Amino acid sequence: MSIECTLYALSTCIHCRRMKVFLEDHDVAFDNIFVDKLRGDERKEILDKIRNYNPKLSFPTLVVKGGECIIVGFHKDKVEEALNL
Amino acid sequence: MSEKMTAEKLYEMLKKIQEPRGFYFNKDMSITIPLLESLLINKDEYGYMACPCRLPNGDFDKDRDIVCPCEYRDPDLEEFGTCYCGLYVTEEYNQEEHGEVAIPERRPPEKILV
Repeated sequence: MSIECTLYALSTCIHCRRMKVFLEDHDVAFDNIFVDKLRGDERKEILDKIRNYNPKLSFPTLVVKGGECIIVGFHKDKVEEALNL
Repeated sequence: MSEKMTAEKLYEMLKKIQEPRGFYFNKDMSITIPLLESLLINKDEYGYMACPCRLPNGDFDKDRDIVCPCEYRDPDLEEFGTCYCGLYVTEEYNQEEHGEVAIPERRPPEKILV
């Protein structure tokens, strides 16, 4: 299955965790990036990327199909709609 | 500290201080306990209880605004009945049932330093 989404998340955040579980439960193929685990240049690069999608730099940020749709915060209904779940 | 701090102990400790001031823990324990556990993880990791739902800079002075209870809690409770991460809520908020709640981030992104 090809990757459909990238989830930018924090390992300690409950909303991020719920989003991750929701995607897993629906067999969505996604990359999960725990931004709080990144340091230095790696963190900077990822934050620059997230900033393009979500200037508030808040989490979770879900990037669907390479940026076709951006979902900020765990909004179950928006995720269902974007991914036809 | 001789005894290890747990989320449950932290709950009891903070409840005594916060509830009389009108700040209640979310009655949904599937939210509250993991958040308290995350606060303890952040205490270990950074030395202070940074908000689990924000990206800490890792320097107390630069994260002062997101040390729990964060600077944004009171205005968020006033406007939405819940804080950004969902740990603290108003008494009224706890009287209703809530599904997934995602309120807007109030922390200015400039506070995240890279």
